[in-house]
Amino acid sequence: MMITRVFSKKNRSLLAELVRTDFKLRYQGSVLGYAWSLLRPLLLFLILYVVFVRFLKIGGDIPHFPVYLLLGIVLWNFFAEMTAQSLGSIVSRGDLVRKIRIPRWIIVLSSSISALINLFLNLLVVIVFLIVDHVDLLQTTLWLPLILLEIYLFALGLSLFLAAAFVKYRDVNYIWEVILQAGFYLTPILYPITLITSPALQKLMLLNPMAQAIQDARYASITHQTAISRQVLSGGLKYVPYLLVILVLLAGLTYFKRQSKFFAENI
Amino acid sequence: MSQQLIVDSHQSTAESQESVAVRVENVGKVFKLPHEKHSSLKSSFINFRPRQRTFELQQALKDVSFEIKEGEFFGIVGRNGSGKSTLLKLLAGIYTPTSGLVKVNGSLTPFIELGVGFNPELTGRENIFLNGALLGFSRKEMQAMYGDIVAFAELKRFMDQKLKNYSSGMEVRLAFSIAIKVNSDILLLDEVLAVGDAAFQKKCFDYFRKLKKDKKTVVFISHDMNAVREYCDRVILIEKGSVLKSGSADAVAQEYTKLFLTDKQNFETDGIKRWGTGKVKIEKVEPSLQKSKITISILNSFKKAVEEPVFGLTITNPVGVKVYESNTKWQRVATGNFNKGDRALVRWEVPNIFTNGTNYISAAVANRDTTEFYDWWNEAAAFIVDKDEITTALTLVKSKIGIKKINAS
Repeated sequence: MMITRVFSKKNRSLLAELVRTDFKLRYQGSVLGYAWSLLRPLLLFLILYVVFVRFLKIGGDIPHFPVYLLLGIVLWNFFAEMTAQSLGSIVSRGDLVRKIRIPRWIIVLSSSISALINLFLNLLVVIVFLIVDHVDLLQTTLWLPLILLEIYLFALGLSLFLAAAFVKYRDVNYIWEVILQAGFYLTPILYPITLITSPALQKLMLLNPMAQAIQDARYASITHQTAISRQVLSGGLKYVPYLLVILVLLAGLTYFKRQSKFFAENI
Repeated sequence: MSQQLIVDSHQSTAESQESVAVRVENVGKVFKLPHEKHSSLKSSFINFRPRQRTFELQQALKDVSFEIKEGEFFGIVGRNGSGKSTLLKLLAGIYTPTSGLVKVNGSLTPFIELGVGFNPELTGRENIFLNGALLGFSRKEMQAMYGDIVAFAELKRFMDQKLKNYSSGMEVRLAFSIAIKVNSDILLLDEVLAVGDAAFQKKCFDYFRKLKKDKKTVVFISHDMNAVREYCDRVILIEKGSVLKSGSADAVAQEYTKLFLTDKQNFETDGIKRWGTGKVKIEKVEPSLQKSKITISILNSFKKAVEEPVFGLTITNPVGVKVYESNTKWQRVATGNFNKGDRALVRWEVPNIFTNGTNYISAAVANRDTTEFYDWWNEAAAFIVDKDEITTALTLVKSKIGIKKINAS
């Protein structure tokens, strides 16, 4: 009943309109327009491919490493883009917050959906490379939607928290930028996890939901010859990443709900 | 038997609640205003010791209670900074009250300003759909109303142009045309809604009148006592965050007018408002309003000896148009010679031809040829006119109307 109220017809159409506006405005005045949504990850991938696969020759023992690399980057970029955009969403939409009564979370949700649309465009690029690289279609690919959902919920929890905190503390965005940068290197995106020689460190890294999700996604859709949290972590530890996701989501929701009453006066 | 009683009492409360559209109970709103804005973590670390984190508690509203009945045209008036806007935002659900309760029975317009969310980079058409969605319409509903909105705004030719190329008048017209489509049970209307040129203003007021005729529940926020008198069934006056008076439009409008009379220190005396060489200083400008005339006493003190000075007076109406201007030279009044230290009390008597609202008095004193101004004081004082009769003309002169019916046969 709560869900039907939250996703009422009114809220759904408002959400759709906000997303549509975001999308229209994003590439305004650029010659290639929407094509940039595809070109950007493609070019980025090209650079990383040349540097890491050709020059540094990392990932030699992992089959289809270029696509493996690309999928990791695409998933991480989605996470980084969604949280960074959502972080500023309430403040940059201050005019709405101060002048109209709309559910505040719709603003965060709309920026998260813009990022989601980008993710799907990027996944199209990944699929093209999967075909080009002759990757066999694995049955486990069916898990992929669930893994994406996990990343989305994790990012959503963080987004809600960050967006609400940013209203009060304007340097949250600088801190988050640094955390994202650190996270990018602490997550096995550019390098295979096997590069970390200490097993304890490896385990620690795989507790991170992003590391777990990216490794799972690669395992599910590209190759089974990669380390995943479920196998590396023993006992109850393997549930830690999922628990973290749920915890972050609940904390984000609670904090956002409590703070959102005062957005209009604090902005 | 007792069962019966309970059912009865339940029904009667349900009935009495039905007729109340909005109930505001003991509402208070406190804002925490930091003395120095700690909107970054670093500064809140630096000011970690609680002593240094000073902030001011500003009580914007305290203990405000009132009820708005269904079908009522309810006015909220008050001066700038009285807490009117805060109350409006509380009603709209944009602010949360610090204490007390705001109970709304039915749907209520969610916005307090026109054109919320308008984006200059989008076309007129796109903005209509975006704004419509913010006001709670689905795309389908907007598609059905689109033609109407464009026709009402008279902007058909401009729909595919970006909003940034619109004039401000066009933008407001577009926003207003969407806003009036909102069909919530309770409407929040700010008088600033009625903007634009005269022709469009007429449309706005026609809309207000239609709402009144249709017995809509309307909350109307205004400075304009003429508009309040014309539309409102009941009015509350907010002053310093509390309800100062509530009652009929006439009674409250009178009280509102009085606020300005007791507050003569309202006028700034900065360089723009006052200038001159200072040989004569205007000490005091005191208006006193009677029914048919207004008497203004102006006290001048002479810092130097002056022969035949010229005393002048200007009165401007609430929108700043000059309604009366005269001086001792034009009226060929001899003023005499004054020595240093002398004072002159000049009394003006002007028939009360002024229209409702705040009229401003400017006073001046100059040399014989009016080539040197000793003191010129713009808006030195003000007086509030509050007549029963209204007019849209510049002046309101007492007149008589006689009607004689001439039969056809």
